[in-house]
Amino acid sequence: MIVSIKGVRGSVPTSNNETNLFGGNTSCITVYEDGCLLIVDGGTGIQNVKLPGVLPKRIDILLTHLHLDHIQGLGFFHPLFETTQEVHIWGPSGASNNLRNRLNRFLSPPLFPIHFRDLPCNITLHDISNSIFEIAPFTIQSQYVIHPGPTVGFRIKGKNSVIAYIPDHEPALGPRGLLTDTKWISGFDLMKNVDLLLHDAQFTAAEYKTKIGWGHSSMEDCIKLASLSGVKRLLLTHHAPSHKDDFLDEYLVGLNSTNENHLDFEFAKEGMEIDLK
Amino acid sequence: MPSYPIEIILNRQLADCLSIPVFITDTSGNLIFYNEPADKILGTSYESTGEMQVEVWSTIFKPLDESGDPLPPEGLPLVQTLGDQLPHHKVFWIKSMKGNSEKISVTSYPIIGRTGDFLGAVAIFWETKDL
Repeated sequence: MIVSIKGVRGSVPTSNNETNLFGGNTSCITVYEDGCLLIVDGGTGIQNVKLPGVLPKRIDILLTHLHLDHIQGLGFFHPLFETTQEVHIWGPSGASNNLRNRLNRFLSPPLFPIHFRDLPCNITLHDISNSIFEIAPFTIQSQYVIHPGPTVGFRIKGKNSVIAYIPDHEPALGPRGLLTDTKWISGFDLMKNVDLLLHDAQFTAAEYKTKIGWGHSSMEDCIKLASLSGVKRLLLTHHAPSHKDDFLDEYLVGLNSTNENHLDFEFAKEGMEIDLK
Repeated sequence: MPSYPIEIILNRQLADCLSIPVFITDTSGNLIFYNEPADKILGTSYESTGEMQVEVWSTIFKPLDESGDPLPPEGLPLVQTLGDQLPHHKVFWIKSMKGNSEKISVTSYPIIGRTGDFLGAVAIFWETKDL
């Protein structure tokens, strides 16, 4: 299984010399195995997704939720404009609105020039919630996690490895912060013992104190969460737009100096490829 | 054991912020969380007991009607909510830890998640004015 990082920024893309190292595109990764490519989230990082010269018969796009930083690039993804292309989009439904209605609010004028229904490709939408589904060779579990609006995280199991992707998540929400009894941790079942976890780490611990309820995690809570979950390797992602390269580099040194559990972690960077044998 | 759905977790986090007693059960009536204000009613704390099976925690309460006669379990709001997945409310009396009869007002509601599944129930104990 090869995991490729295409977009790591949260909230809004950045484009300047001070964020080039980690990258300025919003959330998107790909997961590849045995000729099957999953695109997970459709932030502006989807521009970096390289498809083979001859498009595969089928493209699967998994969406954690429909906040703009996770779907902003979707409408500009060229396979959607190929008449013969089969595209499957998997995303969470709301309590009263299905995925089509919710996506249509973005992919229609005045926010987008074309109506969703007029996209020329052959689209199938899949409403997911606390679901398990297969896209060969992957078995995928989605589960609602704590974040404003219907939001899922994914656990993706390939032939020999398993990853979890939860880019927007606030498991520490509440007066006592992150609980240590794992039954009471949002998303724990997705993260448990994975080979690689990509998880929300938008804020520093100090920043989080003034952002409680915004739906995101501190880097410190993210590391604690990964340790509690038995994660083998952690990539902290969904970087705040204000977190410049120098700041992230410096902050990582501090995080490493307090890494009592010797967890293998670093900040996710655009362009990273992780080969999980 | 799998983690609880976020609807249950968020109810716990809310209960943890409140100054009124709140009890959260699973769909079978097992007590999976109670907040600090509820300690006074149960005479113990969540930190001490952890979760409690329905047969254990249900015997701590001695619900009474206005004549002082025991109330059957099926007359209690939480038991009704567990049975029909609807909200209920009732005023009744309980024997306090000191042995006094205390008037109490209880509201219960079901936790129905985004997927429409019944996930558990919550009972809130309100103080009545004449307590």
